[in-house]
Amino acid sequence: MKKKGFLHELVTNRVMFLMLLPALLFFLVNSYFPMVGIYYAFTRFDFNTGLFDSPFVGFENFKYLWTSGVLMKLTMNTLGYNAAFIVLGNVLAIACAVLLSELRVKWFKKLTQSVMFLPYFISFVILSVIAYNLFNYESGFLNTALKQLSMNPIDVYNTPWIWVILIILFYLWKNLGYSMVIYLASITGISDEYYEAAKMDGANIFQRIWYITLPMLKNTFVMLLLFALGSIMKGQFDLFYQLIGNNGVLYNATDILDTYVYRSLKVTFDIGMATAAGLYQSMFGFILIMTVNYIIRRINDEYALF
Amino acid sequence: MKVKQEKYYRSFQVGAYLIITLIALLCLFPFLLIISASLTQNESIVRDGYHLLPQAWSLEGYRMVFRFPEQVLRAYGVTIMTTVLGTLGGLFLITMAGYVLQRKDFKYRNVFSFYIYFTTLFGGGLVPWYIMITKYLQLTDTYAVLILPGLMTPFLVILMKNFIRSAVPEELIESAKIDGAGDFRIYYRIVLQLSMPGIATVGLFLALAYWNDWFTSSLFINDQSKFQLQYYLYNVMNAMQFVNQMGAGSGVSLGTDIPTESTKMAMAIVVTGPILFLYPFVQRYFVKGLTIGAVKG
Repeated sequence: MKKKGFLHELVTNRVMFLMLLPALLFFLVNSYFPMVGIYYAFTRFDFNTGLFDSPFVGFENFKYLWTSGVLMKLTMNTLGYNAAFIVLGNVLAIACAVLLSELRVKWFKKLTQSVMFLPYFISFVILSVIAYNLFNYESGFLNTALKQLSMNPIDVYNTPWIWVILIILFYLWKNLGYSMVIYLASITGISDEYYEAAKMDGANIFQRIWYITLPMLKNTFVMLLLFALGSIMKGQFDLFYQLIGNNGVLYNATDILDTYVYRSLKVTFDIGMATAAGLYQSMFGFILIMTVNYIIRRINDEYALF
Repeated sequence: MKVKQEKYYRSFQVGAYLIITLIALLCLFPFLLIISASLTQNESIVRDGYHLLPQAWSLEGYRMVFRFPEQVLRAYGVTIMTTVLGTLGGLFLITMAGYVLQRKDFKYRNVFSFYIYFTTLFGGGLVPWYIMITKYLQLTDTYAVLILPGLMTPFLVILMKNFIRSAVPEELIESAKIDGAGDFRIYYRIVLQLSMPGIATVGLFLALAYWNDWFTSSLFINDQSKFQLQYYLYNVMNAMQFVNQMGAGSGVSLGTDIPTESTKMAMAIVVTGPILFLYPFVQRYFVKGLTIGAVKG
């Protein structure tokens, strides 16, 4: 058979190339061109002079981020929150999916499932309104309730450690429905025969869940886990920014790489520093994914991301 | 057939109903709180705080929102326009790309798939992207910037590719080719018709992202008349916070003249309204699409 080159392919399948072209251009401009801008991380950027005319400073930006302890703090926060999201999010979603799948009243099942999915649809701006409504010092629901019980109000917006819990709770609240539906779908896919057979053998409901349902969810769990690990350095920017905003009191407990980069760009205009932090985030994430993928490949090829 | 009442089953059922009810209520609770607050007299909120049921009913909050309706309606218009154009445009590009990338006779499909997938692994980060759009594409304060960056994500392209692969039998494309149909014609006549559930799901993802977008406005829009709804809401919230703090600091009681608390909540309801209204209809497709994706995955 004659070997055919790219040009030949381009001519014979020109319609398909044409159909794919917009997508290729889109990712070229939106994702690949900006990669060149990584160079800013090594400059003291001046918006007027453009890409290659800003003074080159080597690793100065990184050095500053490192010695000031910013990078360490941001990394720990980003990884810590994401780990909590992944673990708690999956446990809660699996538990709810299992319980929901055992309910016998159809309309109740449908209704509660819809209600749990609802928070996924609202914007993060509304989420910040909800947080304000619940927790602001003067009129928030929490403090109103505390006052009625004649207890002291809590100044939530000035207490960093509370936000560690609140951010995780809001995340769970918003994403529960989404991941639950995915688990529920896998449970629906389990053949009834397993359960019938287990019943015959005298397995009770807990044993059936433990020995049949949960093991059958492993595939879905691993899949979701891998997707989550892939973006573990990119953390839920909207969630953090809308809940915390520019409230500096809370930064120590709540700042993640994304919020830091956004603020450096919008508030302090420190382009070089922001690019450096962004590049660090990208590199760290990239290496992490490659490592995870490599390990998974060694253990079980089928689960590997690519 | 009557199954013998087995051990633990009853108590498990009771427990399951209780827990699920509780969680569902927790999911609903913040919505009820906001709706209630939007219907409460402002003085009542300032004096006694937010309650689950209004202590003193009032529509003043909503009246405030629509006292100068031009701005709200304008922001609505911008959001509706970007959502419609973005979703339709995005669907067109994503389905085309997905179709080509799953065609077995398209030799470079894996190369190009990886070209798209790679952007989820590594990127330039926010700042170079920002400079690209503002300095080199000069898109600041244009409607285009609200639509273009959101048209495609690698995730949606891959989702669509997998969906088309499972929904459209290869033989069908083969036989259409033999009958002399061109590639675009096959896409338009066959693939699109057979992929409707996938298109609905991806369309919903796109529409939701456009509708809830505040980030793009915050980065690239300075002209107030081009604010998207969510960013408009965000600004109103912050402005009112500012008014409140100014009032408290200077001892001038601005708070009583402008019903800020109830207006904020009314504003939130007005902005969320369409989603709450459409939700019951839309949710079904979403669940279906996710279900298909999960089982196939």
